[in-house]
Amino acid sequence: MLEVSGLRKIYRSGEREVEALRDLTFTVDNGDLVCLVGPSGCGKTTLLRCIAGLLEPSGGSVRLDGREVSGPAPGLAMVFQEYGRSLFPWMSVRDNVELPLKQKKIPKPRRATLVAEALNAVGLEGTETAYPWQLSGGMQQRVAIARAVAYEPSTLLMDEPFAAVDAQTRADLEDLVRALWQRLKVTVLFITHDIDEAIYLGQRVVMLSSSPTVVQDEITVDLPAARDQLHTRADPRFTELRTHVYEQIQAAKRGARLVVDSQAG
Amino acid sequence: MTSVARAFGMRRIAYVLGLPVVLFGIWFLASAGSENFYAPPLRQILRSFADTWTLERLDADVLPSLLRLLAGYAIAGVLGVAVGVTIGLNRRVRATVEPVLEFFRAVPPPVLVPVIMLFAGIGDGMKIIVIAFGCVWPILLNTVEGVRAVDSVQLDTAKAYGIGGPARISRVVLPAASPQIAAGLRQALSIAIILMVISEMFASSNGLGFTIVQFQRSFAIPEMWSGIILLGLLGFALSLLFRLAEGRALRWYHGLREAQRKA
Amino acid sequence: MRRVCTGIGRVCTGIGRVCTGIAGAAPAVTRPRDNSTLLGLAGLAGLLLFLEALPRLGVVNDAYLPPTSRIAAALADELATVEFWQAVRDTLTGWAIGLVIAVSAGVVAGIVIGAMPVLRAATASTIEFLRPIPSVALIPLAVLLYGTDLGSVLLLVVYAAFWQVLVQVLYGVADVDPIADETARSFGFGTWARVRYVLWPTALPYVFTGIRLAASVALVLAVTAELVIGAPGLGKLIAVAQNSGAVPVMYALIAVTGLLGVAINLAARFFERRTLAWHQSVRGEVAP
Repeated sequence: MLEVSGLRKIYRSGEREVEALRDLTFTVDNGDLVCLVGPSGCGKTTLLRCIAGLLEPSGGSVRLDGREVSGPAPGLAMVFQEYGRSLFPWMSVRDNVELPLKQKKIPKPRRATLVAEALNAVGLEGTETAYPWQLSGGMQQRVAIARAVAYEPSTLLMDEPFAAVDAQTRADLEDLVRALWQRLKVTVLFITHDIDEAIYLGQRVVMLSSSPTVVQDEITVDLPAARDQLHTRADPRFTELRTHVYEQIQAAKRGARLVVDSQAG
Repeated sequence: MTSVARAFGMRRIAYVLGLPVVLFGIWFLASAGSENFYAPPLRQILRSFADTWTLERLDADVLPSLLRLLAGYAIAGVLGVAVGVTIGLNRRVRATVEPVLEFFRAVPPPVLVPVIMLFAGIGDGMKIIVIAFGCVWPILLNTVEGVRAVDSVQLDTAKAYGIGGPARISRVVLPAASPQIAAGLRQALSIAIILMVISEMFASSNGLGFTIVQFQRSFAIPEMWSGIILLGLLGFALSLLFRLAEGRALRWYHGLREAQRKA
Repeated sequence: MRRVCTGIGRVCTGIGRVCTGIAGAAPAVTRPRDNSTLLGLAGLAGLLLFLEALPRLGVVNDAYLPPTSRIAAALADELATVEFWQAVRDTLTGWAIGLVIAVSAGVVAGIVIGAMPVLRAATASTIEFLRPIPSVALIPLAVLLYGTDLGSVLLLVVYAAFWQVLVQVLYGVADVDPIADETARSFGFGTWARVRYVLWPTALPYVFTGIRLAASVALVLAVTAELVIGAPGLGKLIAVAQNSGAVPVMYALIAVTGLLGVAINLAARFFERRTLAWHQSVRGEVAP
């Protein structure tokens, strides 16, 4: 279970102070798939890095399974947006997926099993000895997902993982994420700027305001659990939810808030 | 081999050998009847090549040179990379030390020979120190730069998956910096060869540089030329060896660049 | 009722209006530039202090490594002599002439070879063989041909610097975007026009890199030739100082060569940045 309360992050560079995150509070229950959407520049990446323990917050806290996050936690695996730069080009696909397991000091036979299962799960069996740069963009991102999955995390963080991938590949990868989530019963926090993707994937969608960021709104996606690209997206309820989220994001871009300004009056 | 492949193979051989053979032929013919003391006929040079560079001489002169070269280069390599990684990882240390390093790199390496002779005399030790001290700078500076320029996403990934400490350096930082380090090692090799020769010209009793200078001083011109040719061959051979080694070690990098170029 | 702007990047448009800020982009971590210059200077100062202390503390024999103050004094003395400045002039003359020859030859050869794939294939092996030949191998030849004249310096400088330029120009020519070249060809551009409008702009940054590398190498070889052969210049002064046991002077002169090298490198980078900045903006207009 992931609890973010009152998260605040201020960047200081010389004289300038930029408040990227003002006050973020939301929860992701165990086994949930929650999507985070927001306008460009709303600090999504900052938020994710704070949660992943890569960045220290200026205020508030992040708690993972009851414990405060103060650095990268072993129960947390992250999939970065820039898959080309996140996979190590000097290692084969197998070595890339295996490396975090070596760090966890998992014995060799178990490592081999985890790697094979993970690559199977993402549909990349047979590519073990290839190098990442020999694969297409979509396949590289699958390797990154396999690496995260093999790590056996309780929580999976995904930072706009499909932003740099073409639309058809993205559709396949979205289905892959849902399939893995249901199979492995992990908690998933999925960040995206694509509203359709957020609604298609998530059980809940959290909308972020623009910088300095707070939670703008939250909705529960009451679509059936079995989803597919064709029918789910044609569902009228999908369109309703989509409209709601879209309006919120537009409002967020304009800087307006639905919460009453406390300084009004 | 199909006839097409054979034709293609022969074409490549023609390109590789063509111009050198032609130039060689021109040199041979143009100098055939040469009376010029300083530019004897190529035939004479080749004959003296065979006479001069016997196995004994190679053993007595060329081998010591090579060993000193390898020793100095190896020391520079290990020191340069080790210190370079340490400096490169720390931004403040790097900012403090970089101007000093750039200054030392700018000093023409042969100039250090008289200095080091003061400390280390004229023996093998002096030459090895000269070579090491002279060629460590490009390795050091390139390592610092390579470490500094490691992709932040790669570092974040390592951090996110708990890869830290020595594992981070050996599995992430060093491989990521290795293309830049290899460039430094290549520059250092040229400098090392130069210093090998110069240190022997200054103060030595054996070695390839020493022998060539001896020939020049005693006006044994064809022998001198043969020595120059041998030195050229040596430079070429070492460069080839380096390229082969680099090609193997950095196969992933060349593959990556190729893939990016095609994209 | 007044709304107070509460963030950087938001433009408050006054009373009664909605704050219409532009959402700030992810803040980049700015490099503390002043800080690193200070640190660099501190490093240099530290080096000087260290070199002052070593011999004074007896760690090193001060006959082999005199304290920095003594070297500085020797340098001050040198700067007052006519000899010194003559030597600087001699070194820079050899360097400059050699560099000009090497760069011109290198650029011309590079473009001619690079522009025609047949030539490139035919010369590849020869270049790969000649390039690694250490220029110092030519020292005995230079001595025989030119003695201690400028000629021997030029022989070494040109030989070494030429390859630096040639290799870079070949890289530059190889970097030409084949699509741009085909576009030009489809518009009926002849060889000369393609060289001028497609090849040259692409190769120009590489030419500058080649000039910068050649400039460094040229200085090294110039000083080396003077040191070993005895041609007039800083290298010769260093050899003389060494032979006569004037150790502080020797170090002072070595420091001068280092500073000269640094100055040349900085000048080359500065020149490169200025010219290419102009070039980039021009390129922006010409690019398809």
